[in-house]
Amino acid sequence: MIEIYLIGSVIIGTLLFFNRGKALNYTLIWLFIALQCAFTIYACMNYNQTESTYFTFDSLGIIMLLTATIISIPAVIHSHIYIEESEEKTPRSRATYFGALVILITAVSSAYLANHIAVVWIFTEITTLSASALIYHHRNKLALEGTWKYIFICAISITFVFIGILFLSLAFAKVSSDDLSYKNLLAHSALLNLSWLRLAFLFIFTGFTAKLGLFPMFTAGVDAKDKAPGPAAALLSSIVMCMGFVGIFRFYVVVANTSLLHWASLVIGIAAFISLFIAAVYMIKVKNIKRMMAYSSVEHMGLVMLGIAAGGIGYYAAILHIVLHSFVKSSLFFQYNQLYRVFKNKNIYQLGNYFKYNTTGALVVLLAFISVTAMPPSGMFVSEFLIFRSLFDSNQLILLLVVLLLLTLIIWAFAKNIFKILFIPAVNFDESTVPALSPWRSVSQFILIGGAAYLGLNPPLIFVDLIKTSIMLLPH
Amino acid sequence: MLQVLLIIFLISLFYLSIANRMTTYVNVLALQGVLLFFVAFLELKSINTLNLILILLETIIFKSLAVPIFLKYVLKRNHITREAEPYVPNFVSLIITTVIVVTTILLSNTMEESYLDKMYFVVALSTLFTGLYFIASRRKIITHVMGYLVIENGVFVLSLAVGNEMPMLVNLGIMLDIFASVLILGIFLNKIGDVFKDIDVNQLTNLKDY
Repeated sequence: MIEIYLIGSVIIGTLLFFNRGKALNYTLIWLFIALQCAFTIYACMNYNQTESTYFTFDSLGIIMLLTATIISIPAVIHSHIYIEESEEKTPRSRATYFGALVILITAVSSAYLANHIAVVWIFTEITTLSASALIYHHRNKLALEGTWKYIFICAISITFVFIGILFLSLAFAKVSSDDLSYKNLLAHSALLNLSWLRLAFLFIFTGFTAKLGLFPMFTAGVDAKDKAPGPAAALLSSIVMCMGFVGIFRFYVVVANTSLLHWASLVIGIAAFISLFIAAVYMIKVKNIKRMMAYSSVEHMGLVMLGIAAGGIGYYAAILHIVLHSFVKSSLFFQYNQLYRVFKNKNIYQLGNYFKYNTTGALVVLLAFISVTAMPPSGMFVSEFLIFRSLFDSNQLILLLVVLLLLTLIIWAFAKNIFKILFIPAVNFDESTVPALSPWRSVSQFILIGGAAYLGLNPPLIFVDLIKTSIMLLPH
Repeated sequence: MLQVLLIIFLISLFYLSIANRMTTYVNVLALQGVLLFFVAFLELKSINTLNLILILLETIIFKSLAVPIFLKYVLKRNHITREAEPYVPNFVSLIITTVIVVTTILLSNTMEESYLDKMYFVVALSTLFTGLYFIASRRKIITHVMGYLVIENGVFVLSLAVGNEMPMLVNLGIMLDIFASVLILGIFLNKIGDVFKDIDVNQLTNLKDY
């Protein structure tokens, strides 16, 4: 089935690139969504099976694949609306956009399921190329700048991951096998050469941070999300980040089973804490709403990785948190397009009184804000609370206090700007040009936010089991 | 013979660090491609023939012909001849490159490793850091791309060192190469040169936070 999925997606993607007909484009993109859904259902039914040697439908892969499929449906709907409303639409830009979208979703989904570090690497490479086509959609100078920065930093990160894989192969030299699949690595973890493994972990971790949006490579993602069209930015801040997480997590499982566990956690912890700090500093200063949302993603990835670094219940909380974050943050980015339609601007000074112009949309912003800042009725409250508990359990009280302080700053900065957008009228804003937006456009966001709350507060047993199985191989 | 080739490769880095003309950069990149061709030919003995041919073809076609020719075309079309105003003088660049090489040699001596030829390790790591240094110290976008290509050559050297045991990794290195070529082609055929007339990174500062 995975071959059918890959070949089918590549064919659909290529057809999209070369067919500029409108009706055909939309038929093809929905055909792809049907394929994606069918593949997801197939993967769930073949739980724990390995296909084509390199793909395993394991628990972590299934969780992420389900998340990706759920988010890609509204992403396509909103892309459709976005492209149709865009002033500079040409058949060519539409075809490129949807072609790149198909390739991006396919590459990300395959990277979740890959059981071999080199295969994950190949798909990461493909996501960089397809994501850059999406970021360059507007073809103006600023978009070019964003694309260039994204491509360049991602290219260097990918090279870093490759160097990491080379070092890993050196660490593996004692074992008389050349199979770098995670399963084989885990089976031989006692034989790995620790000094090479250390280098390998450093390089692979640094490389994947470009996709995960963590210090040190987070800048690429922020610029990219700023310049990419809203629906594409939603994908970049949800499913692509999950891919970075999967890349790091799977290798971390291998490292955690050697004596380097403590060291690796320390590395992750330091990077996570610096990310939180950077997010706090920029969120206070930033005046561009889209960049603010992007920095909020950096903050959440910092929290996720703190959970991983703390261990214990933190592992569970980290996976829960990244899934919930994907739902909530993508809905915020989907809503952003309507916000932009109303105000034609993304500077916070030019936005205001959104409740008056688009009540349902403003409700989405409010609910998403409550979720993103992890206030009690939202699902992310649970996962964040568990992350704090894991820090408490591992006796990191000072770290916990500083993190809480930084989060307070972030909530303050976020709330200040969001409430300005929702309630305070903007100066010199011309109301006559505000288009009437259908409330139906916000439905997908309500579903995503509601889903996140449901998963957080009352997780179905099967979901809990899946997360528990994914962290089973980690030491407790 | 292998050692000689690798040393020439290392020397080409020093030459790059004092080069002024853009065509010199391109020529050195092409030379590195040829050197890698011979290194791959001499080193990869226990790899199957078809794979070896693929790797050799890739080094000669991509690394030493296609990419340099395309870069020259870009240079010509955009009338770039010199690396205008590098952030640091060439002499300092030379010293920094030397420091990088000496440090990697010292580093490699501290490692006890019987599986890896230290020569490869030194060449690969110093190429990697020199490439990063080029990116940090030059202004033009095209020089950044060349810095990236230098890094990639370094990575390729490292992948050759483990190539006999794991030929798959060399093929991955080739994928990285193709990826980079697509990247360069994509960016420059999308008329980046028309948007940025001088292609200077100082113009890439409009995306900021406040």
